[in-house]
Amino acid sequence: MRGPGFLEQLEEALPGAVVGRNLEAIDPWVEVASERIDDVCRWLATSSPVRFDSLQCITAVDWCEPDPKKAAKVSWQPHLEMVYHLWSTPTRVSLVVKTNLPRWKADVPGQPPEIPSVCGVWRGANWHEREVYDLSGVWFTGHPDLRRILCPEDWEGFPLRKDYEMPLDYHGIRGK
Amino acid sequence: MASMVDDDPRIIEFDVRTDEMLVNMGPQHPSTHGVLRLVLRTDGEVVSEVEPHIGYLHRCAEKIGENLTHRQFIPYTDRMDYLAAMNMNLGWALVVEKLMKYQVSEKARHLRVLITELNRIGSHLVGMGAYGLDLGTFSPFLYAFREREKILDLFEEACGARLTYSYITVGGLTADLPPGWLQRCEAFLGQFEPIIKEYHALLTTNAIFVKRTANIGVMSPDLAIEYGCSGPVLRGSGVDQDMRRDGEAIYTAMYEGYAFEVAVMKDGQYPRDREYPAVPADAVLGDCWHRFFVRMLEVVQSMDLVRQAMDRYSACNGPLGEPLKLTEKMPAGDAYLETECPKGQMGFYIVSDGSAIPWRARARSSSFSNLAVAHELCRGCLIADVPAIVGSLDIVMGEIDR
Amino acid sequence: MADFLINTLGLPAWLAWTVAAVVAAVLILHVIAGGALVFIWAERKIAGRIQDRLGPTRTGGKFGWLQSLADGIKLLAKEDLMPDGADGMLFRIAPYVSFCASFCAFICLPFAFDVVGQRLNVGVFFVIAVLGLEVFGVILAGYASASKWSLFGAMREAAQVVSYEVPLGMCVVVPVMLAGSMDLVTIAEKQAGWFTNWFLFHDPFTFVVFWIYVTCAVASVNRAPFDLAEAESELVAGFHTEYSGLRWSFFFMAEYGSMFLVSALAALLFMGGWNGPIPVATLLGLSEGTGDTAHYLVRLVGLANLIGKATLGVLMMMWIRWTLPRLRIDQVMTTCLKYCTPLAAAMFLGAMLWQIALPGGLVPVLHRPAAEIREGWLPGPGGEVRARDAVSTGDAVSTGDAVAAKVAQVGS
Repeated sequence: MRGPGFLEQLEEALPGAVVGRNLEAIDPWVEVASERIDDVCRWLATSSPVRFDSLQCITAVDWCEPDPKKAAKVSWQPHLEMVYHLWSTPTRVSLVVKTNLPRWKADVPGQPPEIPSVCGVWRGANWHEREVYDLSGVWFTGHPDLRRILCPEDWEGFPLRKDYEMPLDYHGIRGK
Repeated sequence: MASMVDDDPRIIEFDVRTDEMLVNMGPQHPSTHGVLRLVLRTDGEVVSEVEPHIGYLHRCAEKIGENLTHRQFIPYTDRMDYLAAMNMNLGWALVVEKLMKYQVSEKARHLRVLITELNRIGSHLVGMGAYGLDLGTFSPFLYAFREREKILDLFEEACGARLTYSYITVGGLTADLPPGWLQRCEAFLGQFEPIIKEYHALLTTNAIFVKRTANIGVMSPDLAIEYGCSGPVLRGSGVDQDMRRDGEAIYTAMYEGYAFEVAVMKDGQYPRDREYPAVPADAVLGDCWHRFFVRMLEVVQSMDLVRQAMDRYSACNGPLGEPLKLTEKMPAGDAYLETECPKGQMGFYIVSDGSAIPWRARARSSSFSNLAVAHELCRGCLIADVPAIVGSLDIVMGEIDR
Repeated sequence: MADFLINTLGLPAWLAWTVAAVVAAVLILHVIAGGALVFIWAERKIAGRIQDRLGPTRTGGKFGWLQSLADGIKLLAKEDLMPDGADGMLFRIAPYVSFCASFCAFICLPFAFDVVGQRLNVGVFFVIAVLGLEVFGVILAGYASASKWSLFGAMREAAQVVSYEVPLGMCVVVPVMLAGSMDLVTIAEKQAGWFTNWFLFHDPFTFVVFWIYVTCAVASVNRAPFDLAEAESELVAGFHTEYSGLRWSFFFMAEYGSMFLVSALAALLFMGGWNGPIPVATLLGLSEGTGDTAHYLVRLVGLANLIGKATLGVLMMMWIRWTLPRLRIDQVMTTCLKYCTPLAAAMFLGAMLWQIALPGGLVPVLHRPAAEIREGWLPGPGGEVRARDAVSTGDAVSTGDAVAAKVAQVGS
């Protein structure tokens, strides 16, 4: 993350992919269009002047306030924010890429929204994406083996969603 | 063409190929370091595929983090890498401090270095001993635990706990060291230093140990980086990266003024600050032996850092400072920080909406990424190599499953 | 003993032989079982000391000396489990196969000059052959357990047995060649006198052969670093994964029995058997036949000697076990087949050539017993053989020696 020059190269290579930026934040970040995240990541990993050869972390932040009283006060619309933390081993520079997703696909609760997988860019993304799918409910298209990783295979719901309700019963085990 | 194939002597081997067998190694297995389950697809003794299944120790730590204030989350970080709880505490404390732009006192900084490096020794001792167990030798494990016990005694004196310390906390530490602690720590280091030779004799240079680890599970630097491996696993492949030196300013500032050399093979040579055993001829950079050896070097490195930290700590006259209040509000925003834990780079990500309770707490575990590469390393090895490879990654399930 | 029953008590021959056999069997059984108890306790104490621990301290008062007995009682009281998919008969039979093999081999193991269950003129052959049968129990157990880990253990054992049996056999042949007899009693007798008479120090080749034998013997009893069949860090518990209670303890007793056996065999073949390093009895004039008390005293000292040497061997195996990591299966096979076998063959050849070139050896021998009779095909030093010594060994049951004695008498 070195100044605006670097970002301009990205915009030049992939016009329209970058939709926002904040270079004054504690960790400066760029926001990209969710459907182009794999292109952006591929460019960052292979063509960019600073090669981001390592994916540190993928996080999904659920911006949703289940309490209607509090929800009325917040300034944002409910959405899901994907945060990719990248790292460049040779130059020791990090970069944060963010992208926004709807909370549910076509606003049908329970239908995870879709985003292109970055497994083709970094093989290490495999488990990270599985974890995000498992806990936050994001469907990564193009992922070779997308299934739950921490929760049991037959678990229902996505625990890290803010409106998630712990099931009362799981195979005879009391939930609450 | 067909006749050529028929004449090929290798074709017979394919004819007598046996059926593949699916074997569950774990979650109840003596050498899977907790509750890891590996599904092995084997042809006789040869493993053709390894698939790790995790999640048996999942405790929703991230969800818990969304319901507690930043400081209340500290005890939950203890339970991630329970062998290096001090380092886990530090990771979370630093990321909150980064978000709040808070700076701890000079004394607290040195005390943090002192205590985390001591914990690094403890963690590597367990890693080393448990690796011996994986390879079928029992005694080094107890030798390692004997020394770790003394470190735990020191920790117990400092914070009252032997495993889940919650000692380092947001804004400093919960308490200062008790009187006489530094002398006892120095005494420990003095008697511990010569013992490292024993470990080298029992494991590092042991002919059978070398046979079992050299040229096994070789990981190229590119593979390690692509999978996001870190810590000794990454450095064992010859990648010169250590967050204590290369990380973000708030973390590297902690080690400012400290002299230490990253334990990595550079130009075919490891740091030669002391007399270390030579690299065996069979060992290839990136194999199990190198990952193990990097840990052994880091034990010595941490010892030096502890000594330096003790000097600096005792030279500080100012107060230690009080930790932040439990309900201290954080500014809205997000922050991510990776610290160099014994197992690798532990990353914490915190998103705040302006209250004292994080909107989102995320833990990026080093063992998680280190284990993800296991199936690449185990392809085509023997069953006996699977514990050797997984053991060399030195994983802790508490951190992977969180 | 049978002779005593027939001559003194006037029992019919069949009864006398049966009684003698039963007494011998019961005695040997107790040696194995008692030995296992002692060795298990010793192993725990030694492991403890090696690892900076105390080991058992309380059971039985001091030093936890009753610990293995307490464990035995616990094992008796444990539920006997058998997996559903197991082959019931084979599963039940397997521990006894192992144990019986270990037990049977003791039959012809001489503890002192005539303290032997049944003296056989093919003693070495018998011991090695019967000890090899122990493996069947292990393979059966692994096969019948219906567990993949057990099966792995069994297959490893099968692969291991073919690799260590070859060099082991070759090592054992060397003392047989030197002694000119397969009778264990004769072999040990020929090493009587000072410790320089031991085959271990006979020539450099036998010295090397001894260490190859040690390696293979450790492999043959499945002890670390060759404990691949039970490799707990890889195969959970290998072939005995599914065993519990008394059945499991039979495997354990077989293992400790075999450990003692191969150590005793090493003592007999290479370290003079029941002959001590210094021939105290001979120096004091207490040699055989000077009187009943002396006779029994010599036997008793011999017994202590052999058991002491064998115990030393067992202790060494424990020491190795708690020090070294485990080898991999391919490395075990490489060690045994690629290194030990050619080495043992070369040493065999070397020992043979030495025997021809320097029959007297390099070390001056102070008291040389009737060791120079070689089944009549190789003369002693100077071509003459002393008749008295020849006869004294000639009264053995071994037909080979009887022939040799006759040859010797004719020669003198």
